[in-house]
Amino acid sequence: MLALQILIDGFAISALYGLGAVGFTLLFGVSGVLNLAHGGIMVIAALIGWQAAGGLGLGTWLGSAVGVLAALVASYATYFVVVRPIQRSRAIPREETEIFVLTGTLLWGIMIQVGMAYFYSDNPVTMRPLIDGVTNIAGVRTPTNEILIAVISWVAIGLLWLLVNRTRAGKALLAASINPRGLVLLGFELDRIYLMVWTIYGVLAGIAGVLLASFLGVGTSNIGNLTASAFSIVVMGGLGSVSGSLVAAYVVGYLETFTAYEIAPTLRPIPALILLVLVVYLRPQGLLGRR
Amino acid sequence: MARALRSPALWIALVLLLLAVSLPWWVSAYILGVLTVSYYFGVFAMAWDLLFGFANEVNFGPTFLIGLGAYTAGILDNTLGPPIFVCVAAGALVAMIGGVLLALPALRLRGPYFGLVTLVAVLLLQNAIVIFASVTGGEIGMNVNDILSVNAVTNYWIALVFIAVCGALLFGLSRSAVGLILQASGQDAIEAAALGFNVTKHKLAAFCVSALFSGLAGAMLVFYEGTASVGTVIDIAIAVQIIIAAVLGGRRTILGPAIGAIILVLAGEELRQLGQLNTFVVSAVALAVILFFPDGLLGHLLRRGERG
Repeated sequence: MLALQILIDGFAISALYGLGAVGFTLLFGVSGVLNLAHGGIMVIAALIGWQAAGGLGLGTWLGSAVGVLAALVASYATYFVVVRPIQRSRAIPREETEIFVLTGTLLWGIMIQVGMAYFYSDNPVTMRPLIDGVTNIAGVRTPTNEILIAVISWVAIGLLWLLVNRTRAGKALLAASINPRGLVLLGFELDRIYLMVWTIYGVLAGIAGVLLASFLGVGTSNIGNLTASAFSIVVMGGLGSVSGSLVAAYVVGYLETFTAYEIAPTLRPIPALILLVLVVYLRPQGLLGRR
Repeated sequence: MARALRSPALWIALVLLLLAVSLPWWVSAYILGVLTVSYYFGVFAMAWDLLFGFANEVNFGPTFLIGLGAYTAGILDNTLGPPIFVCVAAGALVAMIGGVLLALPALRLRGPYFGLVTLVAVLLLQNAIVIFASVTGGEIGMNVNDILSVNAVTNYWIALVFIAVCGALLFGLSRSAVGLILQASGQDAIEAAALGFNVTKHKLAAFCVSALFSGLAGAMLVFYEGTASVGTVIDIAIAVQIIIAAVLGGRRTILGPAIGAIILVLAGEELRQLGQLNTFVVSAVALAVILFFPDGLLGHLLRRGERG
């Protein structure tokens, strides 16, 4: 019974982790940016979605849409205010751009965290479930909302797969992650591809944020952990590898759920952290990464 | 040596040092107390700059090293109770072992991968302290039995001598042949190796030195404040403060980060009335510095001096 419970809860939380990490890894794969404001963008979606749904009375679904839109705006702001100026700055040597982007987005994430805490306080908020009711899966009473969240996550990931592998724009995206110079030589505007990847990223992070708010509840104090968990999942799976991130999301999700149920809830993050260190030591390119 | 003496950064630092020496005669004990903390912070930032500015390693976990030093010293003082300097030395030693542990992945991993490992190191240490709460005091923190002094002026002098000595040593090291080789290894490891320098040895040394000073400063801070807690020496927020200080002051100048740290602590005190928004303003300023003057305050001044 407990095993099944862990299986179901772990599946839902892992799907959500995967959704959160996929955008992050796509962004790195295509534009080489590690966005340390990731958690901040997710929480913007959650808080603004929560306010639109409850405070403004738009209802859960419409409120969630507003939240995703807010994440999209935040994603563009991150790109145009922080990342692009750093990438274009002539005062920053080329080989140091990467660490400057890391530091810049880190600071940006803190600004988001403190700014949102100022308006919404740092108490976590919980969105009303997208769908009410409880479903009985082989004796385990599961909120229908939890199932819906797993489904939405997988649909979003599936749509992303279709977009990248089956459309012309998506293929250009894929090509940019392999050889940006070659793509430019073929006459593609790299700026438009970057804009597209930040759009996709914003939408994915936004969906993950509002779903998290309706599943577990989320607040500004979670921002650091959200960024850290996306970062670890993505590194464990292999930076830039979408399927690797999904595998890693499930490994981490199940490991955490198992620890929380079987050992102690307080130790929840530890086994995943230790596993991460081991993976990075023994296989630095990650589970499915290429070097 | 002659080159180091001609460096304008050194003269700026000397003028500031003279100013700092005169302070006890004309400012209040409260300001001295704030400055005392900022001096220990300055050593954190200088030690971090050795890794970030010179070895080009993004260490998100300076507080891993600081925390190791601080907690080792504190626990030793509360259990066996040797003289304070033994506790501080032990803290520095354990921090150095931690530095070697961090260096091992750094020699194999590039930028972001290494950054993540350092981040995980902090989280693991933080969790370990909460789990072994009976020894470490857990989330509440622990009181230590001894403190350096109860007199604000004495404490100020200890901190000032400490930052001056650490600053001189680190600055000298950065301007020595070893510092140059380290800088070369950080910027282009392959070329540095091709020129016949042992990149591994120099990077390992950089980690040990950085860890040594971080651990020393962490242990000293514990005996100044009389307490060690996750919130004051380990939390990621402290690491971020150190990073902001180093970037603000000017990376790769060693003295810049110390100045940045002092400014940051003073600004934090001054902006306290803003409450929560304090951090927002500080981060925004640091971000603006990154965008418009990526060399930081001191780096910007020095570069202008070179051109003029």
